[in-house]
Amino acid sequence: MKRRVFLLTLTLAISACVPPSAHNTGVYLLVDTSGSYNRQVSKAEQIILFALSRLQSSDSIAVARIDTASFTEKNIIAKATFDDRPSTANQQKRAFAGRVESFVDQATPAPYTDITGGLLQAIEFLNEKQTARKEILIFSDMKEDLAKGYVRDIPLDFRGFDVVALNVTKLRSDNFDPRLYLARLEEWRVRVEQSGGHWRVVNDLDRLDGLL
Amino acid sequence: MSMTSLLTITPWPALSAIILLVLLVAALYFARSTAHQAIHAGCAALARGLRLASHSITHALEHLVARNRAVLLAAGREAKERIVEREFARVGDTVRKDLAGYPEMHRSLSGAILRIEEDQEKAVEVPPEAPGWAQAVGVVAKLDARNGGTEILADIHKSMVKAHAEAMRDYRKASAERHALLRQMMPDWRLIQQTLGRVNKSVESVIERSLAIDRHMEEYETIVRGENHAVSILSSSSIVYFFISALVLAVATAGAAINFTLIARPMAEMVGGTNFIGAFRTADIAALVIIMVEISMGLFLMESLRITRLFPVIGTLTDKMRVRMIVITFAILLMMASIEAGLAYMREVLLQDELATNALLRSDNTGSMVNQHLWITTAAQMGMGFILPFALVFVAIPLETFVHSLRTVVGLIGIAILRALALILRVLGNGARHLGVLAQRIYDLPLFLPLWLEARTATAARQAANAPRSGEAVPWQEARS
Repeated sequence: MKRRVFLLTLTLAISACVPPSAHNTGVYLLVDTSGSYNRQVSKAEQIILFALSRLQSSDSIAVARIDTASFTEKNIIAKATFDDRPSTANQQKRAFAGRVESFVDQATPAPYTDITGGLLQAIEFLNEKQTARKEILIFSDMKEDLAKGYVRDIPLDFRGFDVVALNVTKLRSDNFDPRLYLARLEEWRVRVEQSGGHWRVVNDLDRLDGLL
Repeated sequence: MSMTSLLTITPWPALSAIILLVLLVAALYFARSTAHQAIHAGCAALARGLRLASHSITHALEHLVARNRAVLLAAGREAKERIVEREFARVGDTVRKDLAGYPEMHRSLSGAILRIEEDQEKAVEVPPEAPGWAQAVGVVAKLDARNGGTEILADIHKSMVKAHAEAMRDYRKASAERHALLRQMMPDWRLIQQTLGRVNKSVESVIERSLAIDRHMEEYETIVRGENHAVSILSSSSIVYFFISALVLAVATAGAAINFTLIARPMAEMVGGTNFIGAFRTADIAALVIIMVEISMGLFLMESLRITRLFPVIGTLTDKMRVRMIVITFAILLMMASIEAGLAYMREVLLQDELATNALLRSDNTGSMVNQHLWITTAAQMGMGFILPFALVFVAIPLETFVHSLRTVVGLIGIAILRALALILRVLGNGARHLGVLAQRIYDLPLFLPLWLEARTATAARQAANAPRSGEAVPWQEARS
């Protein structure tokens, strides 16, 4: 009998001492501020607020802009890891929403579009946060336009990442030849999936239910 | 060796087949006795094994039936003892109550009776005095009138009239006094009547209780004697109790679930919303632990009050200790209920905060509007948070019934399963035996020709040996046996 009690206690103790697996979500939202896309930034606010409403305590979120050089912490507009307590997490969300609002009001167009740099920054940020679920949301037309001297032909490790392209607008050239648009999306899909990630495109911003 | 190669032992396949068939039949015929024995032995062994298993299960079934019967009788005995004990306590209370007032009642009755006796004595009617003048009047009337008899008679008449008037006045006065005394007796009569009525009521109550005790004692005796009728009644009662208590427990579980919902969210504020123990949130576990502690306290409270008897240790504690336990468990329950009420309030605050945040994130101004009737839901939640722990205390009663009836119900289910299993094994055993006979018959089927020849030969031989008794042989029956 004593042996059984001891075994039961030991089992419970071991199960209690096992380090808990992470259940949180990390979201990194890249907002394209290049010249052609800057007008869409106000729509990005809608996405950010939606993401905030979906996130819970201990989740992490960062919003960064895509401009000429995106692989830098300076591009991160706001970031937060929500507190364990729901009330504090709500306060953090309200503060975060305020910072995003001021960014949208003051956003200036960038001459170039460094999407890969932004993605590298996103991977680095979310890997550091060690969240269970990693989501990269790209609010862009997905047209990369690098300035001279920037090397972005580097492999990306998207293993464990969900990459969602949002509001991928059609460029004027796409209207002449839709194959350009499709080829652009296909190129990104192949790049993400070959790197072990999961790729998705959501263009209808009124139907964000499946997101997060 | 394939079938095709077997058919090539002669140049003619048909002939080869016939030769093979004959050889096969011959082989089967010569091996018949051994094959029959093997089939018989195999099937008999299987049948014996199955029957043995069936017997074993039947033994287990008998043990289980006996155990279930013992459990039922013990439970019934205990229940009846409790009922009889309760009835005796009620009779005791009635008698104690009446006996406590008995001296006073006796004094009251004695006083009333004494007063009535005194009044009655006083009210006895005194017969009017016989007139003392009658003889004197007679004597005076015989006297000569000249001697002044007439005047004397007139004086006597006058005196008699006066005396009569006085006597009548006294008589009326005495009658009035007697009537007054009789009137005074009325309250005493009523007092006696009421007192005796109360006594009658108490006696009738005691008689009713004693009749109930008699009935319970008769049932108790049938249980003690272990009569089948008592077992049957107890068994059906146990099943009914099982289902009723299960239903009540299901309702209580729903109540506990609501309680859990009330406190799980605010618990996240206290222990964190994202900590996990195994696959479960720490906040959920903490809320569940609080509810479990409340239920445990409820159990202890019920045990201390001797309403339930799940823990004999608590039941056998001294009264002083039990009272202490009652106070402690009730205090803990009160604290828990207060904490729950606070958590329910906190839940509402958090909910409003979350709604306001979500409304802000949706850029929706309507969500942040303050509802002026919000206090009703807040108060209702707090009330539920406070009341539910006390309501869960009463779970102990159906739980006790469930636990006790579960033993019997599980026993009955076990009996049914074992009975079915024993029956199946017995049927399979008989089937195996008959299967052996069938297998022997099937074995003999291709051998009909040699068997027929054997039977004929045997018949002929028997006829030759018993010529006078020819015609009595039954070759087919012998051959078949």
